[in-house]
Amino acid sequence: MKLSYYPGCSLHGTALDYDLSVKDVCKMLDIELIEIPDWNCCGASSAHMTNHEIGVRLPLRNLLLAAELGHDILVPCAACFQRLKAAEKSLKEEPEFWDVDNYTEPKIVHISSLLADSEIVNKAKELIKLKLEGMHIACYYGCLSLRNPKITDVINYEQPETLETIVRSVGAQPVSWSHRTECCSGSLTMARPDIACKLVGDIVRAAKRAGADALVTDCPMCQANVESRQLDLDETDPLPVFFGTELMAAALNGQYPAKQQRVHLVSPDILTNVMKSSLADREDSV
Amino acid sequence: MNSNDISPDQGNQKFLTKLETMGVDVHACYQCGRCSAGCPITEFFDLTTMEVVRLAAYGMEEQLLHTKTIWLCAACETCATRCPNDIDIAVLMDVLRELALRKGIKPAEPRVPVFHQSFLDSIKHWGRAYEVGLIAGYKVRSGDLMGDMKLGLKMFTKGKLSLTPHSIKGKAEIKKIFSGKGKEYER
Repeated sequence: MKLSYYPGCSLHGTALDYDLSVKDVCKMLDIELIEIPDWNCCGASSAHMTNHEIGVRLPLRNLLLAAELGHDILVPCAACFQRLKAAEKSLKEEPEFWDVDNYTEPKIVHISSLLADSEIVNKAKELIKLKLEGMHIACYYGCLSLRNPKITDVINYEQPETLETIVRSVGAQPVSWSHRTECCSGSLTMARPDIACKLVGDIVRAAKRAGADALVTDCPMCQANVESRQLDLDETDPLPVFFGTELMAAALNGQYPAKQQRVHLVSPDILTNVMKSSLADREDSV
Repeated sequence: MNSNDISPDQGNQKFLTKLETMGVDVHACYQCGRCSAGCPITEFFDLTTMEVVRLAAYGMEEQLLHTKTIWLCAACETCATRCPNDIDIAVLMDVLRELALRKGIKPAEPRVPVFHQSFLDSIKHWGRAYEVGLIAGYKVRSGDLMGDMKLGLKMFTKGKLSLTPHSIKGKAEIKKIFSGKGKEYER
């Protein structure tokens, strides 16, 4: 499989490790990624919240660059995914207004819907070197890969399952919990950390009530915001937030490199421990 | 319908027309409150989401542009997703923020638009978001020099913040996107 790849700014900055795990997992699954040449920022929330035209034209430039490559576009970041989809909708509704003709829509694919596809899941299951058994995970979607469904075309936006499917595919146990699609207020975290702390506290406590050892997400803003704002809360035992691809890379490679562990603001020891005991169980059974 | 004090005829017609062209039918609201019930930020708002929709239906642009609500809305799209009357409240909030900035109205939550501006300046300059630059720009403009200093240092030592920006080749195209006066606001 060949896909155009739009990493977005977060994956070249604060979520650099997300970029590496996406590339690593795709390589193992025989998915070839071709980075869109000279891509620009999608404008994220700041552009569409303050200037509609810039909010459409920034992601639009990327769509036109991708159209030249011709493949579907893989997008790991939830915000980028939503903005590219929004630009696609505007383009379909009013191509003349946006000064575009002959647009050949490449399909825009969010990472989790790709990795939760049954063929990919089966392939991943075959490749796994170490199952993450005994790890209880609260799958956390946040907002932008789901809402507004008029933009994202997601069908079960209130009860999504892609992350749970991914988590199960590597042998871990998703928990049933309440805050899967609640907002963490990532777009406000710098200007109003107090609001971010409140929402993150609610999310993390709900995950703990359900017995989760960790959270798994596919949004780089959620990952950074939910880990970092826990440091400001008085909570004992903060929960680490992993990327879905991070867990997959660990399970498929059979190891969780120290370099990857170090980027977490909350200790990711739970994953190392689960992998150690999974390895010990396997050696016992031999 | 006869025109009276509360009829939309007395409100700001340009604003109501704008919403109509953006496909936001504020008049469809029957105040069920589902938008406010699902809003994660509602306790920090000075006007609830439902009130914003109703005041918008009255054409009360001026009052709305001075609220904290328009800046504290996180654009999570929960309200617009769940509205039983399909009112695109998220677009309504976008329109209000853009109008407030275009009209130079002093924002009731100044740090939020300062953040957006710092973010967009970074894109305008490099074509991509440059985190260290945008944080510095935000800190200088907002006066919030000490906030999150510990976190910033921690992220830096973890290699999460790059000191060098990445500049794209198509910067001229990006400048052009930013130089547009907003042709859709002139329709």
